[in-house]
Amino acid sequence: MQFPVRRKKLIGSSQNDLYDLYDHCLQFYGQPPLENISLTEFETFAVERLKLLKFVENLGVSFGKNSEQYGKKLEAEISSLNFPHKAELSEPKVPGGISEYDKRRKDHISHFILRLAYCQTEDLRRWFIQQEMDLFRYRFNYLLSKHKADFLHKNNLKYETVSAEEKKNLQDKLIASSYGLSGAKVQEYDVYKVPFQDALDLVRTRKVYLLAGNAYIPHYEIVTIVLNDFRTRLSKALAMTARSLPVVQSDERLQPLLSHLSHAYVGQDYSIQKNIGKISLEQIDALSVKSFPLCMRHLHKALRENHHLRHGGRMQYGLFLKGIGLSLEQALQFWRSEFVKGKVDADKFDKAYAYSVRHMFGKEGKRTDYTPYSCMKVILSNPPSQGDYHGCPFRHSDPELLKQKLQNYKVSPSGINQILELVKGMHYQLACQKYFELTHNVEDAGFSLNHPNQYFTESHKLLSGGRDIKKEVDVSQKSQENPANVPRPSQANSKQAHEEMGDLDSFFQDE
Amino acid sequence: MSTSDYDPACLPDLLPIYYRRLFPFSQYYRWLSYGGVSKNYFQNREFSFTLKDDIYVRYQSFTTQNELDKEIQKMVPYKIDIGAVYSHRPSQHNTVKSGTFQALEKELVFDIDMTDYDDVRRCCSAADICSKCWTLMTIAIRILDRALREDFGFHHLLWVYSGRRGVHCWVCDDAARKLSVAARSAVAEYLSLVKGGEETARKVVLSDPIHPFINHSLSVVEHYFQQYAIVDQDILGSKESVDKVLALLPEDIKKDLTVLYKDVKDPMKRWDKLCNLVECKKSTIKKGQYFDKEIMLQYCYPRLDVNVSKGVNHLLKSPFSVHPKTGRISVPIDLKELNTFDPFEVPTISLICEELERPRADEAEEDDMKDKENEQEAGERRRIRDYKRTSLAKYVKVFDRFLEAMARSRKGEMLKKSDLQKDF
Repeated sequence: MQFPVRRKKLIGSSQNDLYDLYDHCLQFYGQPPLENISLTEFETFAVERLKLLKFVENLGVSFGKNSEQYGKKLEAEISSLNFPHKAELSEPKVPGGISEYDKRRKDHISHFILRLAYCQTEDLRRWFIQQEMDLFRYRFNYLLSKHKADFLHKNNLKYETVSAEEKKNLQDKLIASSYGLSGAKVQEYDVYKVPFQDALDLVRTRKVYLLAGNAYIPHYEIVTIVLNDFRTRLSKALAMTARSLPVVQSDERLQPLLSHLSHAYVGQDYSIQKNIGKISLEQIDALSVKSFPLCMRHLHKALRENHHLRHGGRMQYGLFLKGIGLSLEQALQFWRSEFVKGKVDADKFDKAYAYSVRHMFGKEGKRTDYTPYSCMKVILSNPPSQGDYHGCPFRHSDPELLKQKLQNYKVSPSGINQILELVKGMHYQLACQKYFELTHNVEDAGFSLNHPNQYFTESHKLLSGGRDIKKEVDVSQKSQENPANVPRPSQANSKQAHEEMGDLDSFFQDE
Repeated sequence: MSTSDYDPACLPDLLPIYYRRLFPFSQYYRWLSYGGVSKNYFQNREFSFTLKDDIYVRYQSFTTQNELDKEIQKMVPYKIDIGAVYSHRPSQHNTVKSGTFQALEKELVFDIDMTDYDDVRRCCSAADICSKCWTLMTIAIRILDRALREDFGFHHLLWVYSGRRGVHCWVCDDAARKLSVAARSAVAEYLSLVKGGEETARKVVLSDPIHPFINHSLSVVEHYFQQYAIVDQDILGSKESVDKVLALLPEDIKKDLTVLYKDVKDPMKRWDKLCNLVECKKSTIKKGQYFDKEIMLQYCYPRLDVNVSKGVNHLLKSPFSVHPKTGRISVPIDLKELNTFDPFEVPTISLICEELERPRADEAEEDDMKDKENEQEAGERRRIRDYKRTSLAKYVKVFDRFLEAMARSRKGEMLKKSDLQKDF
């Protein structure tokens, strides 16, 4: 793999060659860029792509990836950050703006730079691949049919199609498996047949017909197969990049930049424990009511009532407690005293569960210091099943049951309605923020919630007099003014994105 | 009596006998070697043991069948778990450079545990099972076995009774063992229909179009539903259970049924009324609504733990391991006899050890002569004779057939390959 800082070897190549490289607005990023660029451009390109990817991440939590709002907002952001989305290279340049060609070049180069920053750990890779995939999916779907076909052709992607006879035999089953497929469509358009391993997104959501290990994919779902290809290639590429990384890191101009880029994604992850031991175990019950986000309050209550929590709950709650400052000794005492009240005797606890607590603190096994889960992680991974109490109540509870619980916790009826509206719109973190506002009696939380430990820190700050407490203005009046509408999701979303971008920019201003 | 009274206190005395004379080591080794196609497949396999006093040891690995045999007889594990095939010998993982020791392959596994159905079974709860709720396992096996074979194209499935309250499935195809974490999790989610924890009342939601997989599963459920749910579990009998069912229905149907049920007491008739009302409602609204089917699925459809299936390095209880609390052996289940499988008839370790003590037939004497020659073979031969005299025999036969099928399949693959290469 070659890096942008190497010598250019394009002596004698014509402008046309370069033109060909970028003749499609979308690419698989198979070939690394082969030119010299300035450090400024290196930095700017990387930062802007990172902004775009973070935007993609936040958007995906608040809006369905196929929804109209998602598309509109993403298009706007792509445009404003000067990334390519126009199909034709020759489209006229906006006066004073950047040409489509230059946008495509930026797309190409910035992707490869971010590979350097995001190849090092499993977590970083996973994050990078996820956002790049979401971005790719949007851009591919946005293409016209002929451009899609062009793309497949250009990248040598040939997928096996199903014979007309087989289509006829399976017609009913195909129609029943794929939303939007009709008899006419089955006959007229191609249906692709790939091993199920190449269409996992469709398999996972059961949106495809499976027979004998093959997935039968209608033409309009081809993006899924292409995405799968994209993911496989990118995953392999990142593994290879990681191997060559030491060479790159030895370049002193690049090392600080790359390091900032990968830390910028993480932001505040509460992995470094502050205030260890400042909280005593006796305070936890009271704190769970006053300062814990709903998910942790729920977990704590379940633990107290059942004297037990399953693995998912132990992880989510245990790491949160570590994040608020519990020491390992305190944690062991906390879990042991509770479990012992249940069916587990002290001996068994020491043998079976203590190991897992020490594991969380990085004292066993891989000795990784596990970081407390962010809201994103809680909402998107490991949904709870029967007997579980983890997850995000705004995301994973029945609205009815959520309402009852909030009533039990003495939240006002109008407040509950606002929360339920936010939940309906899938704005789970905003719903939790609203819960914060209602339980702390403030009009505005004053922060963008993305981490349970952040909720705790902010609550603690507020209750210990770090901020002014504003009296709750007539909330019922307010909610009447915005009857069916969600109060301020779009503002908060961009506010959140801006705040994080603010952090990102300041990293580079310090240089 | 098919089960001698089992007393957990006897385990330390029974286990040595079990491992010395009954555990089918040669078949076990044959299984995990998978025909020797991949080098070091057996040697790089992780086992974990739970020893006396709950001491748990991981990263056990063995180089030969003999070593496995000897070590197990020496350590006398109370429980044996099987993990993944790693890049290096698990017993040497500490000597390997950090980051390079990785889990490479493992069977695709499923764990169906009766406690996950506690919210929908009335006869038992927690670790208890009875013949009434065992039907849930029968349903689970039928649905999952069909889907894994017909939808996913897998051929070599080993279903095993866990020894107490559930069943495990080991999918042993080559392709299955090579699946990534993402693929395993996708398969498990494809097979999941019941979603939600304590906080969700309505755990199954169906909408048009109904996927063929759901239709297949429904026909299995429908076959068992009336006897299992309406009669045995009596879900429409008492007020408490009726209320639970009604909570899954929309307000208008709920109201109508509450009125109707005042006069109609027979549970079968109550179910019919429910279905009628749902049908009526469906015809008035264009959108597909399947409340009756959703109820059937919520009460009967298999609940699997995705986390067990998705990890390549996840450790699962081994077939032929003993369950320390019940004494029952984790035996393979013969799907041809699934309808008559009775978990309470599964032999316990005390039973089979007792059966060993029964007077031997005369044919045993000549074999004694042959045994003087080769000690290992003799041990094996004796072991084979021994388990054949016990209730364990028929279950080892099921395992044998499973291994035969895999061997045939491997041979078929090799022939295909050599045909392609035009070898002679």
